[in-house]
Amino acid sequence: MNSDGKKTRIVKDIKVDTKKCAGCRGCEIACSAFHAVPKFSSVNTARSRIMVVMDEVRDIFVPIRAGDHALAECNGRNRYVIDGKEYDECTFCPASCPSRDAFKDPDSGFPLKCDMCESVPPLEKPMCVDACTFGALIYEEREEAVEAEPKKLGEMEVGLKSLIKKYGLKKVMDTIARVSKE
Amino acid sequence: MRYAETGFNLEIDLTRGSIDKVETDPKETASYLGGNGISAKLLFDRVPPGTDPFSPDNLLIFSNGLLNGTPVPGANRVAVNTMAPVNGLMGHSLMGGMFGPELKMAGWDRIVLRGKAPDLVYIAIHNDRVEIRDATHLRGKGMYDTARLIKEELKDNRAWVATIGPAGENRSYLASIDCGNSSAARTVGPVMGDKRVKAIAVRGTRDVYLAHPKELWEMCSRLRKELDANPNIGDWMATDEDDSFHHNNFSWGNARIRRKTFWSATLGERWRNLKYDHMSRQTGCWNCPKACHNVIKWPNRRRFSYKCYGKDTYHMASFQELDFTYEILPIAQDLGLDSYSTPQTIAFALELLEAGILTEKDFPGMPSDVRGRFFYLIDKMAHREGIGDILADGVSMAAERIGKGAEKFDHNTVKKFEQLPIKLGKLNPAYFLMIATGEDMAITQIEGSFPQDPITDPEMKEEFIKKWVAVPDKKFAEWFRQWEKRDQLPADAMVAIVDWNECMHYLDDSLGFCGFVSSFRGQFGGTTGYHVWNMPQLITHATGWEFDKDRLWECFQRNRNLVRALNNRAGLRRSWERPPEDHWAVRDEEYEQELLTQYYDFKGWTFDGIPTRETLERLGLGYVAENLIKGGVLTGNEATALNDARAKKKKQ
Ligand code: SF4
Ligand code: SF4
Ligand code: SF4
Repeated sequence: MNSDGKKTRIVKDIKVDTKKCAGCRGCEIACSAFHAVPKFSSVNTARSRIMVVMDEVRDIFVPIRAGDHALAECNGRNRYVIDGKEYDECTFCPASCPSRDAFKDPDSGFPLKCDMCESVPPLEKPMCVDACTFGALIYEEREEAVEAEPKKLGEMEVGLKSLIKKYGLKKVMDTIARVSKE
Repeated sequence: MRYAETGFNLEIDLTRGSIDKVETDPKETASYLGGNGISAKLLFDRVPPGTDPFSPDNLLIFSNGLLNGTPVPGANRVAVNTMAPVNGLMGHSLMGGMFGPELKMAGWDRIVLRGKAPDLVYIAIHNDRVEIRDATHLRGKGMYDTARLIKEELKDNRAWVATIGPAGENRSYLASIDCGNSSAARTVGPVMGDKRVKAIAVRGTRDVYLAHPKELWEMCSRLRKELDANPNIGDWMATDEDDSFHHNNFSWGNARIRRKTFWSATLGERWRNLKYDHMSRQTGCWNCPKACHNVIKWPNRRRFSYKCYGKDTYHMASFQELDFTYEILPIAQDLGLDSYSTPQTIAFALELLEAGILTEKDFPGMPSDVRGRFFYLIDKMAHREGIGDILADGVSMAAERIGKGAEKFDHNTVKKFEQLPIKLGKLNPAYFLMIATGEDMAITQIEGSFPQDPITDPEMKEEFIKKWVAVPDKKFAEWFRQWEKRDQLPADAMVAIVDWNECMHYLDDSLGFCGFVSSFRGQFGGTTGYHVWNMPQLITHATGWEFDKDRLWECFQRNRNLVRALNNRAGLRRSWERPPEDHWAVRDEEYEQELLTQYYDFKGWTFDGIPTRETLERLGLGYVAENLIKGGVLTGNEATALNDARAKKKKQ
């Protein structure tokens, strides 16, 4: 709640200052150790939810945090030209996606996603930010007003709703009944 | 379960094309730790004395420090070792950056290469998947293109590629092995070329396990912040733009000329602008809060980076300014030439030309300006063309091959190895012992934990001592307290100080620590990141073994003596341990020899500088003693140096 009595929530964010990144991979190490089971029992940067794209010759040093899992590769990807060299959109994409092995657990293949180091009690700041002594990762919390929250729909509900919209309720019901008998 | 280490060596026989996963004995890790320690053991056990370094029987080893790949900040050095072509002794070079930790995460503590590939190959490592692949299409390619093409071929942007350039392919003794912003310079590059391995690409996605997770993490997280805040560690040259020290005190050209008033405020300002106008950023190594590499974009050059004194070597050898270094360094690096020995060798060659020992005919088509000459010569040396073929062997060997008095111009090498171009007035005894007896070959390895100069102000001195947690024993603080004049310390203090300096280097090189956060930095301010008091705790939490200072010290002694024995077997004796004749203006041969004898005695070595049977046995190196006796290096009855008849006779 904020002072006007409106509902608020804390939005956690990590701002990246790529100019300050020294490419030490301290963030990757901290993230992977924190998420090891038991906690801190191993280092394996391939399990990290943050990954530093590094290319000294082109002066690219970009820490990327794992975002949502993409079910399919996207088509119509952008290509970026930085300093005369072309980069595929995937280079800087935070999604775990069928087209590449970034942000996937190297053993199980499950997608990895940054969870802001959720833990009880909560950490003062995320592990990667704490490890980055160079100040390239800056933790920010801001309060955001929340609109009356619409009920969250699950994946299946979303799918069904769109089918109903397209074909009408009856047709969908009939089809479900037929398919379930097959 | 093995902690901190993976427990596996990757053994590749290039002749047969075989790839083996070999489980190692944890007891060996506990004895020799890792890095150069385990390498020395492998070389001692498996490369028979008398083996030509360019024979398939020589090994080339990339050996991770024990703590690489753990959360311990600043632990990332991989020791690259072999029997070196330049002098037949153990070649030792350290590579920082990412290669070592990535190799650990691929499940390997080290790579051991033997044999010789039929044609140029590269090795691709992705965890357990290891391939020897054709690299004939990469022949002659520079460092940067090689790494880029291999990553494209493997479709893996996150692989780290250690590669040689044309210099290494052509077995130049000045060749280095480079990976990203880091490099294993000299002694090892030519052997990689001889084995016809153009590059090694590594990518790891496995866990490095830790024995006491919470304790280790807490300690490392605190250490990372401490190292970050500690102004006495890291590379000062990355941020301190007043570089008057090197320019006014080190020698220019072929280590000849001191320019004591070279530096000025306006020059400093001009160079500062040169640097910052072209600097993209500074980068670091795996898990280190310091960023020592300056990344420079110079017109018409690919972006490159350099570290430390590598900034000065080219322009000081050629009497130019910083802009020349920026102009030539990216090209020389791409050819795979080491930036310490290469400029020295060129300055040596140009001096021979001036002296008439070499003539214009030896340099067909060489430009007349000095900058042009340096470009001309790096190209000839990397490709071993014409005079470049001789110069590619480095100063000492080239002098031998040229003859005609060229040997006299070889005045800055020890054990045939180019040294920093320092020429001094009066002898500093501890420094004399380090440069004379050092076997690490790397240039930064001669300095250490004990300050090079006394502090005269009594209050500042006490302040220094109060903060000096690194001292392994109170006696060092006491010596420092009594120390007034640079060259005056009791002999027993002198040898103990050298011993401590060495100890820290050997521990760094077997545990994986960078000297800039550890051994090399103790001498300044006394507050170095690592010392014999916190290293054992880190080992315990990482590996789960009980460890303390005494056990750690014994590991140092074991490794030190093993390296020495390996080199003794390869021919190293007292007579090799001589700094260049003009290293100091004032020399006292008798005193120097006395120092040497005392040092040998302190170490438990014979008058010839060989560990005695008792010394070796005390350290669990009985097998080494036996081997030396069998090979006629020891009789087994020798006393330590001071008890030798020759030492006694000298006393009388
Ligand atoms: S810890 Fe900071 S400086 Fe280091 S790689 Fe990550 S973002 Fe870059
Ligand atoms: S916030 Fe936490 S989970 Fe997210 S990338 Fe950083 S360390 Fe990993
Ligand atoms: S101190 Fe400098 S050279 Fe050493 S590990 Fe850190 S960044 Fe690398």
